[in-house]
Amino acid sequence: MQRLTHLHESPSQTAGPYVHIGCVPNFAGITDVYEADLGAAMVTDNTKGERITVTGTVFDGTGTPLRDAMMELWQADAQGLYPGRDGADPTFTGWGRTAGDAETGQWSMETVRPGPVPFTDGRMMAPHISIWLVARGINIGLQTRMYFPGDPMLGDDPWLTRIEHQNRVPTLIAQETTPGTFKFDIHLQGPDETIFFDV
Amino acid sequence: MSDGPLFHRNRDRHPKALTPDYKTSVVRSPQKALLSMPTTLSEEAGPVFGHDIIGAHDNDLIVNYAAAGEMAIGQRIIVHGRVLDENGRGVPNALIEVWQANAGGRYRHAKEGYIAPLDPNFGGCGRTITDDQGGYSFRTIKPGAYPWPNGVNDWRPAHIHFSVFGHSFGQRLITQMYFEGDPLIPLCPIVRTITDAEAVSQLVAPLDMNNTVPMDARAYHFDIVLRGRRSTMFENRIEGN
Ligand SMILES: [Fe+3]
Repeated sequence: MQRLTHLHESPSQTAGPYVHIGCVPNFAGITDVYEADLGAAMVTDNTKGERITVTGTVFDGTGTPLRDAMMELWQADAQGLYPGRDGADPTFTGWGRTAGDAETGQWSMETVRPGPVPFTDGRMMAPHISIWLVARGINIGLQTRMYFPGDPMLGDDPWLTRIEHQNRVPTLIAQETTPGTFKFDIHLQGPDETIFFDV
Repeated sequence: MSDGPLFHRNRDRHPKALTPDYKTSVVRSPQKALLSMPTTLSEEAGPVFGHDIIGAHDNDLIVNYAAAGEMAIGQRIIVHGRVLDENGRGVPNALIEVWQANAGGRYRHAKEGYIAPLDPNFGGCGRTITDDQGGYSFRTIKPGAYPWPNGVNDWRPAHIHFSVFGHSFGQRLITQMYFEGDPLIPLCPIVRTITDAEAVSQLVAPLDMNNTVPMDARAYHFDIVLRGRRSTMFENRIEGN
């Protein structure tokens, strides 16, 4: 019999407590190597769409905020086009990287409200921001999604409606704390454990 | 850039979330099962990084933080290899970011508590972008092993942290490179979060005497594999699909 020649993905290892040195060195106080940290800004003055602030805190199983996490956000532009694709807003990176505040653990990012993007079968998914989270004690990056409260597309979103335990879906929906500011807390464990995806 | 579903992650080769011998994982590991989903455009697309973001010394940790005319102290090494996908194709334009302790095992970080001294000429971060074959290299000093507060006598083997960005947000990977022959590797609770010995060996870089720079630096070879993308029949796909 012939053998499949596929390679195996390199195994993950924790980002550890010093991930900021490598990924956001200016934030970590190493200011002389790169001009700016990658992913620090997603928008410019010219970016089209509704400006929003996304913010949140990551909590461990004891309810303590993680103060050493790093997250990356990835989203479509206001028209629902991912950056780099034909017609996408060239002033929007779609990708942000943020570390929580060293004291409170709270992170925040300026962006625009994304447009809807297609599911595998062509139906449209409700606007969402994909989030990838790493930290000390997390052995492999956690993937989740933030959706917008009150969005009329939430009800038949082809991704959300696949979730068996619908009572957990609210863990994926941000809270609008003031107009245009969306708070998305992530709970790694406990009754409010955020849904994480194997995707 | 073409889209298509990513290979499903083989989580048997990755660490589990809950690995109690690595104590911090106990309160930071999700307790509910991950929800399996097919990849969509949200995971298959990803940000594009251009070579223009890389400064002249970004891939040379010996000088990128050092004062003019100075260099970091330590054993000079070159780390090089390729970023491949599971189909064996080189991944061009992949962003690699690395961070590491200095030759004494000390990080330049506010939360670092090890008594080993800082090297005034070593920052500990570097980055590069792969070439059109997926190849990369950087120069650094060999990091020292260091103790960490887990068990009373736990020491990390010498390692370099790698953050790798391929073409898809769903390929995002952070891992660590270890050095051939380090006796601390099998003792390390973080290495041991990976239970498949063959998978661990994928993170151990061999000494590569063919690519040393005589009288300057030894070389270590380290290939990194990212998730592959399913090929669909009757569809032409360019390299890196
Ligand atoms: Fe380390």
